[in-house]
Amino acid sequence: MVRLPDADSLNPPELTFARKITQLNWGLIALVTTLAGVGCAMLYSAANGEWSPWAYRHVIRYAMALLLAIGLALVDLRLLMRWSYAIYGLALGLLASVEVAGEIGMGAQRWIDFGLIQLQPSELMKIALVLALARYFHGLNHEVIGRLTYLVVPSALVLAPVVLVLRQPDLGTAGMILLGGGAMFFLAGVRLRWFFMILILSMASVPIGWQFLREYQKERILTFLNPENDPLGSGYHILQSKIALGSGGVFGKGFLQGSQSHLNFLPEKQTDFIFTMLAEEFGLIGALSAIALYILVMAYGVAIALRVRCLFAKLLALGVTTTLFLYVFINIAMVMGLVPVVGVPLPLISYGGTALLTAMIAIGLMMCAYVHRDVIISRQGLKEE
Amino acid sequence: MRRASDQETQRKFSRRALLLAGVKLGLFGTLAGRLYYLQVIEAQRYSVLSEDNQFNLELLPPIRGRIFDRNGALLAANRANFRVEIVAEQTNHVERTLSALRDLVHIDDWDVKRVLRDTRRKRGFVPITVVENLTRTDISRVAVNAPYLPGIRIKVGRSRNYPFGNAAVHLTGYVAAVSEAELTGDPVLELPDFRIGKSGIEKLYDLDLRGSSGRRQVEVNALGRIIRKLPGEEGQPGRDVSLTIDVRLQTMATERLARGNSEVVSVQDPRVQDALQRGQNLSAGTNAETGIVNLDRKGRISLPESGAVVVMDVHLGDILALVSTPAFDPNLFNKGLSPKDWEFLLSHPRFPMTNKAIAGQYPPGSTFKMLVCLAALEAGVAVPNTKVFCPGYMELGDARFHCWKKHGHGKLNMTGAIEQSCDVYLYEMAKRLGIDRIANLASRFGLGEKLEVELPGERRGLVPTREWKLATRGQTWQKGETLITGIGQGFLLCTPLQLATMTARLVNGGYAVTPRLVYETDSDEPDFENLNIPAHHLNVVIEGMNKVVNGERGTARGARQKDDPFQFGGKTGSVQVKRISKAERLSGIIKNEDRPWRDRDHAMFVAFAPLDAPRYAVSVVVEHGGGGSKIAAPIARDILVETLRIDPAHVGSRSFGLDDIG
Repeated sequence: MVRLPDADSLNPPELTFARKITQLNWGLIALVTTLAGVGCAMLYSAANGEWSPWAYRHVIRYAMALLLAIGLALVDLRLLMRWSYAIYGLALGLLASVEVAGEIGMGAQRWIDFGLIQLQPSELMKIALVLALARYFHGLNHEVIGRLTYLVVPSALVLAPVVLVLRQPDLGTAGMILLGGGAMFFLAGVRLRWFFMILILSMASVPIGWQFLREYQKERILTFLNPENDPLGSGYHILQSKIALGSGGVFGKGFLQGSQSHLNFLPEKQTDFIFTMLAEEFGLIGALSAIALYILVMAYGVAIALRVRCLFAKLLALGVTTTLFLYVFINIAMVMGLVPVVGVPLPLISYGGTALLTAMIAIGLMMCAYVHRDVIISRQGLKEE
Repeated sequence: MRRASDQETQRKFSRRALLLAGVKLGLFGTLAGRLYYLQVIEAQRYSVLSEDNQFNLELLPPIRGRIFDRNGALLAANRANFRVEIVAEQTNHVERTLSALRDLVHIDDWDVKRVLRDTRRKRGFVPITVVENLTRTDISRVAVNAPYLPGIRIKVGRSRNYPFGNAAVHLTGYVAAVSEAELTGDPVLELPDFRIGKSGIEKLYDLDLRGSSGRRQVEVNALGRIIRKLPGEEGQPGRDVSLTIDVRLQTMATERLARGNSEVVSVQDPRVQDALQRGQNLSAGTNAETGIVNLDRKGRISLPESGAVVVMDVHLGDILALVSTPAFDPNLFNKGLSPKDWEFLLSHPRFPMTNKAIAGQYPPGSTFKMLVCLAALEAGVAVPNTKVFCPGYMELGDARFHCWKKHGHGKLNMTGAIEQSCDVYLYEMAKRLGIDRIANLASRFGLGEKLEVELPGERRGLVPTREWKLATRGQTWQKGETLITGIGQGFLLCTPLQLATMTARLVNGGYAVTPRLVYETDSDEPDFENLNIPAHHLNVVIEGMNKVVNGERGTARGARQKDDPFQFGGKTGSVQVKRISKAERLSGIIKNEDRPWRDRDHAMFVAFAPLDAPRYAVSVVVEHGGGGSKIAAPIARDILVETLRIDPAHVGSRSFGLDDIG
């Protein structure tokens, strides 16, 4: 059967490789590279003006992750859609396996060692969930989406990893998966009243859930509510971070001059608290500029989502954008003492393989959606073809 | 149909996508607002906190000022204190290093335990003192072996050293660690090895001697490890203090007073062995370090005498020696005194911690008689030639007041009364004068008031008056009490320093000289108030004091050796400690030497020299020493001989015909 371009199916002929390359979102790549450059500079500063041990690795990892992202962007969107449940299954399997391994072994090991990078299945899960949910909602009629019965499967898709992650226990990741999944539900058009109901239900369950929290988790939340309570104990991180931020002022102390960071008052300055260091050395101006860069990335995501033609791609693009947003927002809010310290890195700037990889996969998927912006996949999707 | 549905879905998606983007933007706005709050509104506060985080103020303790005598001899010095510290993080095996160190220098088991405990408690880079006060030999042994002693380092601190030990402790005082109550908020006081003056000059001049501490800013990281030291404020070393003391005289006087009339012999001496066989206790009078024993005239092992000596320049008021025995070694306080030693010092029956020269209060006894005579002359109730018959007692109402000489002195004039220390003559003078005029003159001669010498803890003594008795005892003054006061007993109290000052004022022409202890080379001749005593009055009592030593019947004529070219004047005093009962008086008074120590009289002597142009005054008090003539006068004589030999005032010995002394 010969495909003809008609009004019903505007699917262009198979995109050629060269075509795909030209359709790559070079602006986004430049933006992301800028952020990675900022990260490199901050890691250079975190090591007191040394390339080693963090900055040079960050560059190498970024270069590799960028290649991966571009590679991902060139993968056929339909292929991606076809494999999305499988990817989800794989991620869930890995997550369960580290969970089991963690219980057998000593303590909680949350990653799988691939040599060069250590993959944290929970990070992979955040992306896989977006893929799976995008695929699921792509197949739904907007009328049936209001029915509760159609929400059972996606809810299970969300709750399965949440339960596993909670058992680790990793409150931050669980929260992110829930919020990321919730955003997908929202974008897919699930009625708002369900959100309100869930909100009310979850608020009602707070006192019950509190009892299931581990001691250190309770402590973190209590410390978050009043960090000055225990300045040398668990409130130390937040307090020192706020001191670093505040003492940076409008213009900052200057590159390599952040005393809080360089004198080790700042914990984890190369990972979770790197934004603090940035704000200490470059002040309000530097911090707002960094946030502006992230907003631009988000704007690309929204623009792509609005531009692409099939729902899967829309949900995918905006889903990963939201995942990225959650990283950025939670990290920055955390170092400023707005949310509890949950151990979420700052995408592209923080040191760490998995975080960088996750961010670049997200970027790759955004670009993939953009590259395949005019591809239309019917609701029945792949089965039809 | 499908299309419309798709379009509806897409529209809904677009709406919600924009809504979500709006929410995200809003959340970013929150972050920006928070940043603004922290970095603009609260920036000042956090800047201060950040500075605090970075910089610790390190105090550099100042070098304590030294104390010199008038000739520049060091009385209190700063000695290098070598100590060995261990830095736990620089050694893999603290215990192994310590045992290696123990092969080289002596370390107590207790110290090892303390170090091991501290290494567990403190952070690894904090140095912990292992041993202190090591000798140079020990230190070089450690230094040579340093490669085999990982984590060990040698530090030089400073510790206070008193080269003359207990001979000058009542002048210098001592330094010790700061107690809780002495913290004033000055951070330097909180340094662990900081010492402050606890008594004597060290205490009174503590702030001067201390100087001011330097400050240095030290940049630290979150663990307290020093990253870098920044230049800071230089400290001011403490000011040196020079005393009017001549330490040679001070040392000599200390030894002389402690010896008293005892003989200083070695433990091996057969007489000591005898005494031991008679059941005497060696610990009582032995100096454990030197093996020297004090033997009294009856061959009994005795404690060193307890008392005080003050030697002063009668014109300038310079104190040349100020002795109180027994004393203690101020060097002991440097390391920290063991509770046992501290207990020993506090419970010692002869109070080594008290400076008896300024804080011991004794009735002046017969040394007070010159003042009563002067008062009588001034009041016109007697002239030098006024004669009084002494039958051995005086009767007043029903009471009989005895003279020390049971059968009386017969007829005496004023100089004779002083020479023989006749009590009856003085009873008569006191009766004529009344207490008010006696008290007035005594006050003018420095009794009953603090002389404000530069030492802490000076006491004022007591000159009784009618008002005083009414106020403190609620009783009216009795005539008999006036008589007792006339011979220097009763309520009267004075310190050895006051006695020396009194003597100085008697022999310097009647000027109200005040003692001083801090030597100022550039100060002018002090201008003291004239007490307005006519010279011919003063000459009467000086002549009396001359005769006490040099007269046929002088009470201290025994202190003058035959053919002794050295001439001095003085006055004995023996102060009854225990009331003599009528029965005792009848059966014969027991000799001082045979009474228990506590019941013996205090022996006093005040003296001056040279005889014809007095320059030096001395007072000697020997607690429970017996008679003033027997024990105090010889001590005073020997000290005056030494004073003139040294001649700190440079009056020159030639003019006194003392060429052959020395």
